[in-house]
Amino acid sequence: MATTLVRAPRETAATPKPASPRRSRARRTAVAWLFLTPFALVFLVYTAIPTVAALALSLTDIRGADLRTPFAVDFTGVDNYLRLFQDDTFVRDILNTALFVAVGVPLTMCIGFTLALALNSGIRRLRGVLRTVFFAPVVTNVVAVALIWQYAFHIDGTVNKLLSAVGFAGPNWLDDPNLAMPVVILLGVWRNFGIAMVLFLAGLQAVPQDVYEAAALDGAGRRRQLRHITLPLLLPTTLMVSVLLTVFYLQVFDEPYLLTGGGPLGSTESVALYTYRQFGAGEFGMSSAASFVTLALVTVVSVVQFRLLRSRT
Amino acid sequence: MSRVSRPLLYAALLLCALLTTLPFAWGVSGSLRSLDEIRSDPGALFPHHLTFGNFTRLFETQGFGRFLVNSVVVALIVVAGNIVAASAAGYALAKLDFAGRKFAFGAVMAAMMVPFTAVFVTQFVITVDLGLADTLTGIALPGAALPLSVFIMRQYALSVPDELLEAARIDGAGEFRIFFRVFLPLAGPAVATITIMSFLNSWNNFIWPLVVAQSMSTYTLPVGLAATSQAAAHVTDYGLLLAGAIVVMLPVLVLFLFLQRYFVQGIAGTGLR
Repeated sequence: MATTLVRAPRETAATPKPASPRRSRARRTAVAWLFLTPFALVFLVYTAIPTVAALALSLTDIRGADLRTPFAVDFTGVDNYLRLFQDDTFVRDILNTALFVAVGVPLTMCIGFTLALALNSGIRRLRGVLRTVFFAPVVTNVVAVALIWQYAFHIDGTVNKLLSAVGFAGPNWLDDPNLAMPVVILLGVWRNFGIAMVLFLAGLQAVPQDVYEAAALDGAGRRRQLRHITLPLLLPTTLMVSVLLTVFYLQVFDEPYLLTGGGPLGSTESVALYTYRQFGAGEFGMSSAASFVTLALVTVVSVVQFRLLRSRT
Repeated sequence: MSRVSRPLLYAALLLCALLTTLPFAWGVSGSLRSLDEIRSDPGALFPHHLTFGNFTRLFETQGFGRFLVNSVVVALIVVAGNIVAASAAGYALAKLDFAGRKFAFGAVMAAMMVPFTAVFVTQFVITVDLGLADTLTGIALPGAALPLSVFIMRQYALSVPDELLEAARIDGAGEFRIFFRVFLPLAGPAVATITIMSFLNSWNNFIWPLVVAQSMSTYTLPVGLAATSQAAAHVTDYGLLLAGAIVVMLPVLVLFLFLQRYFVQGIAGTGLR
C-alpha cells in the first residue's frame, strides 16, 4: 500500500510535461557572463589591464611627471632590467628577500606543523581555545602589531627589560644591522605560523585513522608512524603551504616598512620596498621592472609547485 | 600519547600560547600608561596608574574618529562588492555550462597569483585616470571583487546538488530566479566566509590605502596610525600609539573570537583543492 502511495505522484510527474523551453547554448553563455560581469569588470580594470600596463611601463623610461604627456615617453627595451641588476641596492634587496624566504618559510612551517601535530594528538580539552590563540596573530593589523613590536624591542623596551632580569644586557635591536633582520623575520613568522598550522591541521584530519591502527598492530611506534605515514601523506599539504608562504614572503613589504623602514643601512629592505621607493621617487619604469622581477619569481614558484603536485598525485 | 608526556604537552602548548599572546599584552599594558610613566620606565610590564587618557587624546586630537568612519565605509563597500560579485561569479563557474568557462576560471586562479607589488603602480595610475585618487571608493574598489571570494563561492556551489537546480529549471524558473530563490538561500556559510575574509582584507589593508589616500580626510585607520606614528617618532609617545594600535586591532579580534570558524575556513579555502 505504502509503495503505491509513494509511487503514484512520481508516475504523474513522469508523464508528458510541457517541455522546458530549449535554450540555445549562446543564450546560456550570455546569461552566465552576465553573472560574471561584476567580477570581470573589477578583474579587468584592477588586474588584467594593470598587469599588461606594468609590463609595458617596465620597458619605458616613464617617470611620474610623464603621466600627463605619455607620448614623450621613450621605449627603452630591457634597459630598466639591466639597470636593476647593476644597482647594488636592488641586488642587496634581492638577497634580503631571499634571506627572508630561506629563514622565514622553514621556521613558519616547523612551528605550524609542530603545533598542528600537538593539537591533533590527544589534546581535547583546550584544542579550540589554543587554535584560536595561535591563529589570532593572522587576523591582527600589521601596522598596529609593528608599533607594539617597536615598543617592545626598543633599547629600553620590554624585551630588554626581561633580558636584564635574567642577567643579559639587551642590544639595540632595531638599530643594529645584524639584529634588525631577525626581528623583522620573527614578526613575519609570528603573523603567519597560524596559517600554516590551520592548513596542516586540515591535512592531518584528512589522514584516515585506520592506517595508524594497522601500523600500530604491526608494531610501529609513534615516531615510525610519523615518519612513514603522516609525513608522506601530508606531502601535498606541505608543498602547498611552502609555496603559499614562499609567495607571501617574496612580496614582504609591511613588516620591514613598518618596523625598520628598510634600515638600518638597508639591511632589511626587501624587493617590494625597493619597488615602493622607486615608485615614490617617480621612477615608474624602474618600479614596474622591479615589480616584474617579483612577478617572475612568484610565477616560477607557482609553476614548480603545480609540476610537483601533478607528479605526486 | 602516553600518560606521562601529556602534562608535558599541555605545558609546552600553554607556554607557546603565552608567547603568542605576549605582544597583545604589551600593547594593552602600554596603551594604559601615561607619557610620563613610559618616559621614566619604558619597558615596565604593567602600568602603575591606569589611564584612558591616550584613547581620548586619540579621538580628540588625532582625528581617529574620521579614520574609523573611513575604515568602516571602505569595509562596507568591499564586503558588499564581494558578496554580489563572488556569489554570482562563483555560482556561474560551478553550475552553469557556457562558452569560456575554463578561461574564466583560469583568470580567477591567475588573479589570485598576481602579486600586489607587481601591479600597484599601474593600479594607481588607473585609479588616478578614473578620478578616484584620494577617495574612499578608490581605496575600496580593487578589493571589491577578490578572486579568493569567487574561489570560495565556487567551491561551495560545487557541493550544492544539481538536482535541486534542475528541479527548479523544469518548473520553468529562469536562471536569475534559481540563483536568488534556490542557490543564495543555501549559500549562507559561504557568504559568511566571504564576508569575514573580505572584511579582514579591507580592514587590515595597508599599502594600497597608503598609496591612494593623500589627505587626512581619506586616511583609513592603519594609514592614520602609521602617519601618527611618524609624526610622533621624535616624541616617542608610545602610549598614544599603542592606544591607536588597540583601536585598530580590537574590532577584528572581537569579531574573530565570535566567528573564528569562518576565518579559518577562509584561510583553509585558499589551499585545499
